Amino acid sequence: MSDSPIAVGQHGPELRHHFASVEQQRDAASLGMWLFLATEIMFFGGMFCAYLIYRMNYFNEFAAGSRSLDLKWGTINTMVLICSSLTVALGVRAAQMGKRKLLVVLLLLTLVFGLAFLGIKGIEWYDKYKEHHIPGQSFNADDLVRDYPQIHIDQQHEQIYFSLYFAMTGLHALHMIIGIGIFAFLTFYAWKGRYTPEYNTPIEIGGLYWHFVDIVWIYLFPLLYLIDRRPLR
Amino acid sequence: MSEHIVSSKLYIGIWAALMVLTVVTARVATIDLGPFNTVVALVIATSKALLVILFFMHVKYASEKLTKMVIVSSIFWLLILLFLSLADYSTRRVG
Repeated sequence: MSDSPIAVGQHGPELRHHFASVEQQRDAASLGMWLFLATEIMFFGGMFCAYLIYRMNYFNEFAAGSRSLDLKWGTINTMVLICSSLTVALGVRAAQMGKRKLLVVLLLLTLVFGLAFLGIKGIEWYDKYKEHHIPGQSFNADDLVRDYPQIHIDQQHEQIYFSLYFAMTGLHALHMIIGIGIFAFLTFYAWKGRYTPEYNTPIEIGGLYWHFVDIVWIYLFPLLYLIDRRPLR
Repeated sequence: MSEHIVSSKLYIGIWAALMVLTVVTARVATIDLGPFNTVVALVIATSKALLVILFFMHVKYASEKLTKMVIVSSIFWLLILLFLSLADYSTRRVG
């Protein structure tokens, strides 16, 4: 293919004719995705900001709520997401090298890891449901008051922690569900052989989204699960 | 971004580092470091995020400067949001 914008019609079907070269087309797509991710950073940023303000004011309640989360599941889920990011990164590489079968396998693995994450998240949410830790009419944090007599816990402020917990993990899970949808679509077309070493931008762009959702979780994990796990004095 | 194919060895190395850092952050949280528990947790999270951005998201290999500018400015906007809000809330009493 030619780098010259004059050579109209001299390129393959992978290049839209309003781009001068495949490289320019790829850069434009990548830049567009990063602009979208910038809006996503601000979107999640609002939640993180609300979290910081309430954590500052109601630290005891946040610490107790954080302790009530299951550290084992939280750590495992972080690892599951990191594994999914690896399969995505290797998938982009497989697409760049034109290895269709490997790409399909890696994309399927990504879907499996993504669904495993949501399954584990579901287990954790169900535990919170059983413990009456879902904010609302039946919210009850008497168990936390009993477990941590060293610190003063206000039930209303405890609800704020759990509201933020469900809002943030819920929003993250929604992003995961959308990501799984995108990757199901990518897997189908990868299987049909649409992506080649010349044209694999959708895999790269979908990968950027997946990694971004991973990064959000990389911050959610310490901020929600690890607020104060030190031995109580 | 003239296409740069990253070796799978490097990807697996980054993955291993991310896994180790995850275990480290979960373990360190249970040790009493005073106010430094939060600092350590955030430093580890940021290192993990940087590894993902630079290598998995290929920003290290991006030739397009505009992409890097978008990333740096969006982090800058986020910091404006967080710091100015906290500067306000931390200097007044909330009941």
